[in-house]
Amino acid sequence: MDFISDIQNYVFLQKALFTSIMVGIICGVIGCFIILRGMALMGDAISHAVLPGIAVSYMLGINYLYGAVFTGLLTSVGIGFISQNSRVKNDSSIGIVFSSFFALGIILIAKAKSTIDLTSILFGNVLSVRSSDMWMTLVIGTIVLLVVILFYKELLVSTFDPTFAASYGLPNRLIHYVLMILLTLVTVASLQTVGVILVVAMLITPASTAYLLTNRLSVMIVLSAAFGAFSAIVGLYFSFEHNLSSGAVIVLVTTVLFLIAFVFSPKQGIFWRYVRIRKNRNGATIRKKESFE
Amino acid sequence: MTYQVEVKDLSVSYDGENVLKNINFNVDGGKLIGIIGPNGAGKSTLMKAVLDLIHRDHGEVLIDGKPMKDVRKKVAYVPQRAAIDWDFPITVQKTVQLGTYPQVGIFRRPGRSEKQWALECLQKVGMDQFAKRQIGELSGGQQQRVFLARALAQKANIFFLDEPFVGIDVTSEALIIGILKELRDAGNSVFVVHHDLTKVEDYFDELLLLNKELITSGPVERVMQPESLKTAYQSQYGLWDTLGVTI
Repeated sequence: MDFISDIQNYVFLQKALFTSIMVGIICGVIGCFIILRGMALMGDAISHAVLPGIAVSYMLGINYLYGAVFTGLLTSVGIGFISQNSRVKNDSSIGIVFSSFFALGIILIAKAKSTIDLTSILFGNVLSVRSSDMWMTLVIGTIVLLVVILFYKELLVSTFDPTFAASYGLPNRLIHYVLMILLTLVTVASLQTVGVILVVAMLITPASTAYLLTNRLSVMIVLSAAFGAFSAIVGLYFSFEHNLSSGAVIVLVTTVLFLIAFVFSPKQGIFWRYVRIRKNRNGATIRKKESFE
Repeated sequence: MTYQVEVKDLSVSYDGENVLKNINFNVDGGKLIGIIGPNGAGKSTLMKAVLDLIHRDHGEVLIDGKPMKDVRKKVAYVPQRAAIDWDFPITVQKTVQLGTYPQVGIFRRPGRSEKQWALECLQKVGMDQFAKRQIGELSGGQQQRVFLARALAQKANIFFLDEPFVGIDVTSEALIIGILKELRDAGNSVFVVHHDLTKVEDYFDELLLLNKELITSGPVERVMQPESLKTAYQSQYGLWDTLGVTI
């Protein structure tokens, strides 16, 4: 295959592939906790809200990771503050806060007058991944995976039954903010692969696909990471071969996987559900006939 | 340790509205205690306030003279069934194993002995054959038994159960109350939020009758007097009086 020989020949393609796979894995892992906590919208909000942070970092000449984490956290605190201190519902306060930050980001990026280009932040440009970006993704990935492995028990319990967790002294609020920090880090790592707008798909689609296939959180996390990585590879291949936007293609691959699970999942799939219903109904009609005879 | 629970002058409010007002009681260990009262009386709130799960305006909770945060490992809590996400990807056995987490502590994984102990607790509630099922595949009564098994797995001495008998089958209810009585006979304290008045005599040793304030507390027969029930259930009794029902 050309793609494989191209990977062997071109360093930029190697970097793109490595970064995309890493992003697929960490988005898949964090995504599981995001969807089980009912925070899909929050994931979308934080990914958009890193924009002003990135712009300010460029203005100050610091690594954009710092600014992104700062505005990401500010967003999650702001959302919590508004919904707890008014009658405005949670989804509305998410909408208010993240769109404001996003709008602010658009203006600041233009004002920054730097080399950063809004389009590449919004939609990603995986073929322009530099070595430094690749290393940053690796570091972020290691941090995320380490935290999840070390605190797996605590994350599981505070996600499944937060009241029980609190009853034996787990700090639910701290765990929430740690997850928000991880979410921001994952978003920053995903900037070049899929971009701000589509990060949410990488977070929730592979995780939801895995959710339809298993009854164990540990298996769900592994499956979700595998789906994320697989989508990254296949998506990168198609985008390279057909000169398409990499982020968009990767996201569509995750969607295809989801649709397959949605239809054919042994327990949850609509196909098997339909078969079961048909079977029950036929069984019922046969019994009815027998009772008539 | 006698597992005596003392609540002093406890008040809770939501948005400036009093939900619980100046609650005082003192219960010795080795008792099965029902927390009863009409809807909205603050029964679950009282339980959560005692457990330090919600903010209280003032008041103090002492277990054998110590604050809750020092004795958390001695306390097990079974939340209302409605508070659980039954679609969560977790099996019955894993759910019970969560009960060992407080003992296992941070950074460590539950090992073979914890897994074995979780299975034993499942056996006690007669649910071991369902160990590999996802929790949403069970009936209401079975779900409640699994959560009781989780509380047993905590090896606690003071138990708090929030409405464990709502929407469950007769067999499960009998099995659960049997286990709670065993726990009590072994010297533990068991608190149960309950709203069905018909069986309180069979179930409990003492009652806390609640309607935002503590109406009365003590042995069941002393609490179950028409006068105190009337005070607690005022609004409902008004309706019954007009219908000509006497209690």
